[in-house]
Amino acid sequence: MTNSVQMRTYRFSIYRYDPDQDTKPYMQDISVECDPMDKKLLDAMVKLKAKDDSLSFRRSCREGVCGSDAMNINGKNGLACLADLAAFPEGQPIVLRPLPGLPVIRDLIVDMTQFFKQYHSIKPYLVNNDPLPERERLQSIEDREELNGLYECILCACCSTACPSFWWNPDKFVGPAGLLAAYRFLADTRDQATSERLDNLEDPYRLFRCHTIMNCVDVCPKGLNPTKAIGKIKEMMVRRAV
Amino acid sequence: MNRIVVGAHYGLKDWLAQRITAVVMAAYTLIVLAAVMGGATSSQEAWRAFMSHGLIRFFTFLFIVSLCYHAWVGVRDIWMDYIKPTGIRLFLHALTLLALIGYAGWAIQIIWRL
Repeated sequence: MTNSVQMRTYRFSIYRYDPDQDTKPYMQDISVECDPMDKKLLDAMVKLKAKDDSLSFRRSCREGVCGSDAMNINGKNGLACLADLAAFPEGQPIVLRPLPGLPVIRDLIVDMTQFFKQYHSIKPYLVNNDPLPERERLQSIEDREELNGLYECILCACCSTACPSFWWNPDKFVGPAGLLAAYRFLADTRDQATSERLDNLEDPYRLFRCHTIMNCVDVCPKGLNPTKAIGKIKEMMVRRAV
Repeated sequence: MNRIVVGAHYGLKDWLAQRITAVVMAAYTLIVLAAVMGGATSSQEAWRAFMSHGLIRFFTFLFIVSLCYHAWVGVRDIWMDYIKPTGIRLFLHALTLLALIGYAGWAIQIIWRL
């Protein structure tokens, strides 16, 4: 049985840092044998974890929905559970690093406090002061379509941690993920806080640190376009002002 | 004071102005390019006559003002991105603004001297 199965060995170079033991981070070279049933990078990482259980990373749903296993894969942010193992070039190690720009807690686990602080700052919930309807607040099909490409965000932080503006000003710039969420509520016809939301964002740091670098669009594992959403926010501000 | 303060409520005007000034500069570049191709720089006299023409003077003035405003927003963005201490940033903002005002005045003086 084992002879008929095509095994492939994957070499890895993984960022390791345990603040309790290491004085500084280092890159660990390690390899693992995978069979054809191992489809995604996360599968190989689970095998790696079995080989060296000191390796730490977040993972949960393993199907690109929870956003836990976001990391820097060969220099580009992405989800380990969506990265095809077969697509990695042979002969080169797969380089894994934590998401850039956020404090490292251990190995591939980063402290996302700053990221979620920015997300919460845009009030990511519907504001509607009308009395609650008996069942639900309905939208027309056209109004609902406005939310496509916005509501799908899983908050994995791939985009914000690929954004140079977020690297330099994570405390002041909302970042692509937060701004995409902000536009999700600005575009929602059931929301009544449009003007307050625009007031909250009209700031040289909170919104206008975006220089349309578009790294966010390049890395988003869900294929969303935060740059376009940011453009729409600016368009709304212009419509309000002129 | 370690509290982070944001919410200056400006930025839209500058962002919009940067786009409008970019259009002005692109249009002026095309005008000058067309004039150069049309032989406006064949001699020093022709060049001088072109630049001192009323309409061109108007466009050159617009171009310089646009360039300075555009550069003010752009350079200020660089300071805002990379310079953290407020004192140094304020100093660099002021320096940029004053330098650009000086350049604009100097450039306008040159155009009207022709």
